[in-house]
Amino acid sequence: MLYVGIDIGSTAAKAVLIDESKTRILTRILMPSGWNSRETAESILNQILSEGYSRDEMRITATGYGRVSVPYADNTLTEITCHGKGAAFLGGDNLTVIDIGGQDTKVIFLVNGRVIDFVMNDKCSAGTGKFLEVMANRMGLTLQEFFSFAERGRDIKISSMCTVFAESEIVSLMGIGTPREDIACGAVGSVVSKVASLVSRKNSHSNGKFFLTGGFCDSAFIIKKLSEGLNVEVQTAPDARYAGAIGAALLGK
Amino acid sequence: MADYHSMWESLGMDVKTHDLLCEALPGAFGDVYLSQENRPESMDYFNLVVAEIHGLRPAELVEHKKNGGKVVGTFCIHVPDEIPVSAGAIATGLCSGSQFWVPGGEKKLPAATCPLIKASLGARFDRTCPFFRLADMFVGENTCDGKKKAWEILSEDAEMYIMDIPQMKRPEDYAHWNEEIHGYLKKCEELTGNKVTPANLRAAIKLLNLKRKALQRLASFRKLENIPISGKDVLLITQIAFYDDPARITNQINKLCDELEERAKNNVSVFPKGTKRILLTGTPLSIPNWKLHHIIETLGGAVVCEEMCTGVRYYEKCVDESGSTIDEMISHLTERYMGAIHCACFTPNHERIDDIKRLAEEYKADGVIDVNLKFCGIYDIEGYFVERELNKAGIPVLGVETDYTDNDVEQLKTRIGAFLEMLGN
Repeated sequence: MLYVGIDIGSTAAKAVLIDESKTRILTRILMPSGWNSRETAESILNQILSEGYSRDEMRITATGYGRVSVPYADNTLTEITCHGKGAAFLGGDNLTVIDIGGQDTKVIFLVNGRVIDFVMNDKCSAGTGKFLEVMANRMGLTLQEFFSFAERGRDIKISSMCTVFAESEIVSLMGIGTPREDIACGAVGSVVSKVASLVSRKNSHSNGKFFLTGGFCDSAFIIKKLSEGLNVEVQTAPDARYAGAIGAALLGK
Repeated sequence: MADYHSMWESLGMDVKTHDLLCEALPGAFGDVYLSQENRPESMDYFNLVVAEIHGLRPAELVEHKKNGGKVVGTFCIHVPDEIPVSAGAIATGLCSGSQFWVPGGEKKLPAATCPLIKASLGARFDRTCPFFRLADMFVGENTCDGKKKAWEILSEDAEMYIMDIPQMKRPEDYAHWNEEIHGYLKKCEELTGNKVTPANLRAAIKLLNLKRKALQRLASFRKLENIPISGKDVLLITQIAFYDDPARITNQINKLCDELEERAKNNVSVFPKGTKRILLTGTPLSIPNWKLHHIIETLGGAVVCEEMCTGVRYYEKCVDESGSTIDEMISHLTERYMGAIHCACFTPNHERIDDIKRLAEEYKADGVIDVNLKFCGIYDIEGYFVERELNKAGIPVLGVETDYTDNDVEQLKTRIGAFLEMLGN
């Protein structure tokens, strides 16, 4: 039996295929979630099948906001459980996992590989990937450009309470001629401070070892800023953006 | 459903707008309640009451008023129903649990007010709740800043009587609440024209204690390993208890409990083995707010207890029945209505934390969900202690904040689903 995990998030859909012994990732798939989660789920399955695997030899677990739109899944689990499991696979059994997702930011506390507690941002997308996307769009930058601007910028204070308010704050900053580099740097700082405040709400659970999952795992700048904000070296791994999918696959029975 | 349009019209209701609510309710009730499997048969009575929630009971109130009786509307479980009942009036809860009434409330109140308060004012000002039309007097209380100020706005349209609930529990505060209850008695006597005798008051205390005992008996089945009734159904009964005729609902609850006793003998459960047991704590869930119970129970959890105003705070302790004079009985009411309710409006309020821990043990809860209605500052802030003390006690806890809309349902499902998964691993 092979194990497939599919993580359909608000922005990106991730999938992995894991071998029988649950130790090796055989296939990775990454695509935009698109307009229709169901179609995205279909094209993920087609891609796996096109690599020569058959549906009968796979156990499929779906997670993420689109988990209900994967009709062929054998099982669904929430992304908290899956990110926890995936992070334990990638980074170890005793960790505080930070996942900056498209619409949610979550902090998950792992003890001996088990989720013992978690905390998520409230309804607003402040402190999430969506927040940075909105800010980049507002300044006419792609996310890539946005990060390279941010790296050259000076940290200024931008509110982390509400995305809509932060956006109008940015409009005012642009109005008075603040360089885009500084605004970008401030926006990243705002996400970092949101994460830090989530962590500090449950600080007693943390053993001081932090692991970043999700789409920002390859952004050295975010990792640097997070490490500064939390006052500790934040770890990650090249496959950390697949953490939810990996966890889902590993939890397949 | 019988046609109550002419009654609603005679009550001065906005019947056209109210029809929208009447159209939406059966669907919502069907989805949440009638879809459940293996419900006790004696839920039929409560199904009927909900189906006709704005008809059946209001018609009885209309009849009562025709015979010269009075109706007193109340908002809070600190206000003793025994007082109006002993004066021959009917005490009733008021509409406050649906998003339907919120926009009406927002015409007068800041959007950043709790949905319960917004819905109450909306139901009155938009004339879409028969109970808000029928009450001759509304008893407000200053349990929070939102209510305190909202009553001032409500008083421009409705006959308000405000009770000053103390915010601490020192001897002088009990003395003050005692005086307030005496004042309420006098007010009810004026309203009804009836003098309250010790016999009347004793009878009212007994009547409402019987209702509490029935609700306690109902709750006791939720302590069993095999739970013979869903959390949703118990919530519904508790909500209806705020409106229905006390003697009748007591009988109906006891009838249901007889059926549950049979189920218990045969180890019948409405939940599969191993279902995670959840204690809810926090802000009230007024009818038809079934949102959290529905999410928890459709995700495979069971709600076993509500440490809420629409839960054990309402029925857990009885009023001491030993008083013989009015003064003695009012002292006993004071004890029950202040001493036995641990609302976040009091400072300090560690009795509530003790209650949550005790109830978690009694009902064998696997985890606690601390629910906060958006913009309820006192419960939100008290959540700090709830979380910290439960962590210390090794009881898993999840805090959620929500309102009456449906737009956070998916987010709640993720949080609550993850919490249940966490309890299961």
